[in-house]
Amino acid sequence: MRLESRTEYSRRAMLFAPIVAILVTLAVCALLVAWAGAPVGQTYALLFDGAFGSRFAFAETLTRATPLILTGLAAAVAFRARLFNIGAEGQLYLGALAAVAVGGMHGGSTFDLPLPLLSALMIAAGAAAGALWLLGPAWMKLKLGVDEVVTTLLLNFVALLLVSMMLDGPMKDPLAMGWPQSVALDPELEFSRLIERSRVHSGLLMAVGLAILMWLIERFTTFGFALRAVGANNRAAAFAGLPVGRTVLLCALLSGALAGLAGVGEVAGRASYVTTDMSPGYGYAGIVIAMLAGLHPLGVLLAALFVAAVQVGADSMSRVVGVPNFIADVIVATALLTMLVATLLTRYRIRWGRA
Amino acid sequence: MMDFLTTLFDMLGSASFWVATLRVATPLILGTLGVLICERAGVLNLGIEGIMVAGAFTGWLAVFNGADLWTGVLVAGLVGGAFGLLHAVLTVWLTVSQHVAGLGVTLLATSLSAFAYRVSFPQVSTPPTIEAFAPLESLADLPLIGPVLAGQTSLTLLAIALVPAIAYLLYRTPMGLALRMVGENPAAAEGQGVDVIAVRTGAVIAGSMLMGLAGAFLTLSAFNAFFFNMINGRGWICVALVVFASWRPGKALLGAVLFAAFDAAQLRLQQAGGVLPYQIYLMLPYLLSILALIVMARRAAYPQALMKPYRKGER
Repeated sequence: MRLESRTEYSRRAMLFAPIVAILVTLAVCALLVAWAGAPVGQTYALLFDGAFGSRFAFAETLTRATPLILTGLAAAVAFRARLFNIGAEGQLYLGALAAVAVGGMHGGSTFDLPLPLLSALMIAAGAAAGALWLLGPAWMKLKLGVDEVVTTLLLNFVALLLVSMMLDGPMKDPLAMGWPQSVALDPELEFSRLIERSRVHSGLLMAVGLAILMWLIERFTTFGFALRAVGANNRAAAFAGLPVGRTVLLCALLSGALAGLAGVGEVAGRASYVTTDMSPGYGYAGIVIAMLAGLHPLGVLLAALFVAAVQVGADSMSRVVGVPNFIADVIVATALLTMLVATLLTRYRIRWGRA
Repeated sequence: MMDFLTTLFDMLGSASFWVATLRVATPLILGTLGVLICERAGVLNLGIEGIMVAGAFTGWLAVFNGADLWTGVLVAGLVGGAFGLLHAVLTVWLTVSQHVAGLGVTLLATSLSAFAYRVSFPQVSTPPTIEAFAPLESLADLPLIGPVLAGQTSLTLLAIALVPAIAYLLYRTPMGLALRMVGENPAAAEGQGVDVIAVRTGAVIAGSMLMGLAGAFLTLSAFNAFFFNMINGRGWICVALVVFASWRPGKALLGAVLFAAFDAAQLRLQQAGGVLPYQIYLMLPYLLSILALIVMARRAAYPQALMKPYRKGER
């Protein structure tokens, strides 16, 4: 078997790649559902119903999609410049921690600042915390040649321990009776509800707005052009006089900030305090979302909705039939692998037999 | 200061410290050797974290279902090899991004293990246990190292024995030469009649089998049950240790033991009622790994074709 480069790109093939990948994924995971002893058709129907079947279900899916859009964007922009940021999980936690550090009820009250200013500071602090957490690995990659995948992965564990330490120490909620959670955010700073009697919050608007903004930046600015050039071929980009180092660092700041904002959204929009289990792997899911979207910021919106639907739907499905909700993680992981193959096949064709 | 030094020397002189060190080191030795074999052939295998989970789970499950311990080890190795084959198909045959494919394998292996565990044990409040490998107490009479070895199980001895075996294979056999060649210059290897795709595939499978064993050590020797978060970044630490070891088996052993000694020491400090929050001690292994990467970064002699996909007839 041998790979042969396709001479022309087919736009249609690139659009169909994610659809084919998801269909193959669902077919493969049907085997697992059958192994767990549940009827496949009914299980998938329940999963779909749990994600979209009612006003409540759809609202939960949108709530779940909010952090996923942001971590998806974080991965997409970084991967575009071939900066493999696998640390969105840690950046999310630090963003959440910074949001509570600024907007939390420390000692029963917040900092004495006008509300709009405090709100802006809270969001900025979350974004800055995420950005700074990624700056180290990005700098080490550029200056020392240290692979950023391993450093960002290892820093995820450090970030979580840091959060745990803060929840035991300076940011402990004295009213939580030993339960490890941070002080609560000032209720005035919480994001407003978008849909009544649901948990959908205005963080969703922020996430969608940022997706559009990221698309505009990538498409229409010189930075966006440099980003794509560095990702396509950084030596050629350097030869053409593009500032490769600065582009990668700026990209790291952007990516970390987006992941940090996911944490802000979770605190201000949903939980109102930080716990060490507030993210069921949103950072890692963001990588899958970015790949499913072909790194396109607007595609991230759809991909995040898909992953959110699978997760929310699986939770609801597993309460009815005996299929563990871990099937959601299996579906998401399989989708990543099938998408990788599908994307490759849009660029190469497989020739069987010896050359 | 004197106080600290006497405590330190007491610790380094105690057999129990070295027993703990070797126990912590064993999965790192196996995992690091696994990563080393893959990377020497030019393939980054970030599937390690998930493959260790799968090895830990399946090895334990086999024993729980009545197989003997060595069969459990074999099962873990075979499952590791199967995920290795998946990684090889993706990265070596189809040449997709090694970074992303590896993460995909990790996510898949981790979630499949969790799924299978829940299907097999729908309602358990405490994790079911098995009879794990027993320490080799008969070795206690050996001079000097006897008391340390007596606290270990056969898997630790296997891990240590694998170091010279793999060094021999890599440096003294035609197979090892072919493996190193496809990791340095695949086109030249092809010119010498080496089947690059086959050698890389074999290396990834073999390396992944060791990763499976690394996971199995945790459920069959260090503990006697399977927990969801039991690997807890050990796989990523192995990836960092390989850089620290400059892709050499002997240095990999040294790195793993050194690292484990630090880990065992921080555990003692923590238990002795350290002044710092316990999370600081738990951060140390990860920070140490990053530090190792920084220190070695300038000196690191990466296999030249690492992470470079090989497509026949393409430059």
